[in-house]
This record gives sequence, structure tokens and C-alpha cells, in this order.
Amino acid sequence: MDFTDDQLMRYSRHIILPEVGGKGQAKIAKAKVFIIGAGGLGCPVGYYLTAAGVGTIALIDNDTVEMSNLQRQIAHSVQTIGMPKVESAKRTFEALNPDVNVVAIQKRISKDDIIDLIRDYDIVVDGSDNFPTRYLVNDACFMARKPLVTGAILRFEGQVTTILPGDGPCYRCLFEEPPPPGLVPSCQEAGVLGVLPGVIGGLQATEVLKLILGKGEVLKGELLMYNALKTTFRKVRVPKNPSCPLCGAKPTITELIDYNEGYCAM
Amino acid sequence: MEDTIPDKKINIKGLVCPYTFVKAKLAIESMEIGQVLEILLDYEEASRSIPKSMEDHGQKVLKVEKVSDTDWVLQIRKDKD
Ligand SMILES: [Zn+2]
Repeated sequence: MDFTDDQLMRYSRHIILPEVGGKGQAKIAKAKVFIIGAGGLGCPVGYYLTAAGVGTIALIDNDTVEMSNLQRQIAHSVQTIGMPKVESAKRTFEALNPDVNVVAIQKRISKDDIIDLIRDYDIVVDGSDNFPTRYLVNDACFMARKPLVTGAILRFEGQVTTILPGDGPCYRCLFEEPPPPGLVPSCQEAGVLGVLPGVIGGLQATEVLKLILGKGEVLKGELLMYNALKTTFRKVRVPKNPSCPLCGAKPTITELIDYNEGYCAM
Repeated sequence: MEDTIPDKKINIKGLVCPYTFVKAKLAIESMEIGQVLEILLDYEEASRSIPKSMEDHGQKVLKVEKVSDTDWVLQIRKDKD
């Protein structure tokens, strides 16, 4: 890949890393990443991947920007209140780096279109805030054989894991089914420290770049848990479940499921 | 020491860090193992930092020579991909 002078300057701190170099930066420029959600996690993930020069970044989200988002969703601003989140984020990302092709998809992802939507992408990032989507994305990535970097945040705690197709456990190996709706905190209870998604989203973006570069170790078969109040990181090993309903020997889930009812769509 | 005939030459006069090393590294990346890169530069700090960084990256520094009041010539052999 031939870099323009602007690109040499923009990516110089990458190019001089032995693990990246011009070849690694060219891989980043060719990569296509699909981000589910343009909220707390999707904003920092997309923002840093844009800065890194990822060639194509798709964002899917059905919501519009509200004042209450601005405490943590750093791609939006008072100027974009009322605008679709994906449009707001696209503007922010394009202002940061015109090299990046940002594909804004304003809709709620569903079992009918998720496979088609992610088909042309190399890596999927889950930054959704609800269980129905989390399970739908896990199942779809397993079926479409896409690497998935999933993150979750609540109050002061967050977690990240990376799921590789046909290599290690899936999200259902960890938690077989979504929790019953009554056990999930309602919208009123679901506070979150505004900076927490920055930490977790930053970790997710790091996992994505390592996958693109083929360098280092990703969180395969491991759940990384961060507690912001205690300032602790804990890695928990997650074995593959041989009787996992999705990726086990005798799967019972062979098509996508929408678990929509009863959950708070935050 | 015998003079080595370089396989590739770059002129990075006028460039400052980190672009001096960026240009040198991209040139090395495009070459084969065993080939020699010759770099002409006029940014004094780079006459020290490029050889050091190249060695950190596993390349062999064959020559660092001040050739005029303002210019240096470096020769680097690519030992590592
Ligand atoms: Zn599984």
C-alpha cells in the first residue's frame, strides 16, 4: 500500500511499531468492522477504530440522540440531539478521519437481516445494551463464522470477551440462555458511570486491532471483568461447553431467535 | 571496511522525527532479507535514532557516516522481516 504524506503522518506512531509497520497499517486500512450499537460502547469503539484507520466501519442503531446519552456516548453532542445516533456518530468519525468509510444503518437489528448485514465484514463488535441483541449477535456470528468482540457494562462493572468461529467457547457456553426479564435491572435502576464504556470500549477496540493485525493474544476463552470502584481487572477462564445449545456436539439452536418481549430497550 | 553497494537508496533530507524513521522503516519493509538500504539524511538526531531503532527491530547497521556539514549516510542490512 502506498501512503500519502498525510497518511504517513497520521499513522506514523503505528508504522514505527514493530508489530504494526506499513504492512500492518495496510491490513487495518483493508479491514471491515461491523459495530452493533452507537451508544456507550459503540461510540468509543468506532471512534478509536476510526482514528486507527480501519477502512470500513458499519454502525447499526435505531435510536436518536438524547441529552441523557451525552454523559457517556462520546460521539454525540448537543448539536446532534434528535438526530439518529448512527448519523451523529458518522459525522464525528468522518471529521476525525476522512480515510474511513462509515456506513450508518438506522434500524433495529433483527433475526431476519443480521446475517445479511454482517456477511461482508471481517469482525463484529457487540456494543448493544440488552440481552435479546447480545444472544442474537452471538448466534448469528457463530452461524456466519465471524469473530465477535463482545462487551457489557452496568453501574461500575464491565466485561469483555472475544469469540472466534470454531475455536473456543461462544457466549452461550458462558451463559446458556438470557436471564428472565424480571431479573434484569429496569431502566430506572440501570445506572452506569459515564467513563466505564470508555474503558470497556477501549478494550474492545484493542481486541479488534489485534485480530486485524494477527498479533498478540486475544481474550479467547476468557472473560475479562473490570470493576471501576475497586480498580480491579479479573480474567476468568471460560471453557467450551460440550453440551452448549449452540456450538456443542448436539446443538438445539439451529436458527436465530428474537427474545424481545419483556426487556427494557434502553 | 569495503563499501557495500546498496540495493535501495532513499533521500530523507528535510524530514524530522518520527517521519525519518517511518520512511526508513517502510523502505526496509519493502526489501528482501539480506538486502542493504542506504539512507541520506540531514536531521542529526535521526543519525543516532534510526540506527538504534533499526537494531531494536532486528536489522543490522552497517554504516553511519557524516558525509558533509549537514548530511549523514546510513547503511542498514535487512536481517528480519
Ligand atoms: Zn457455545
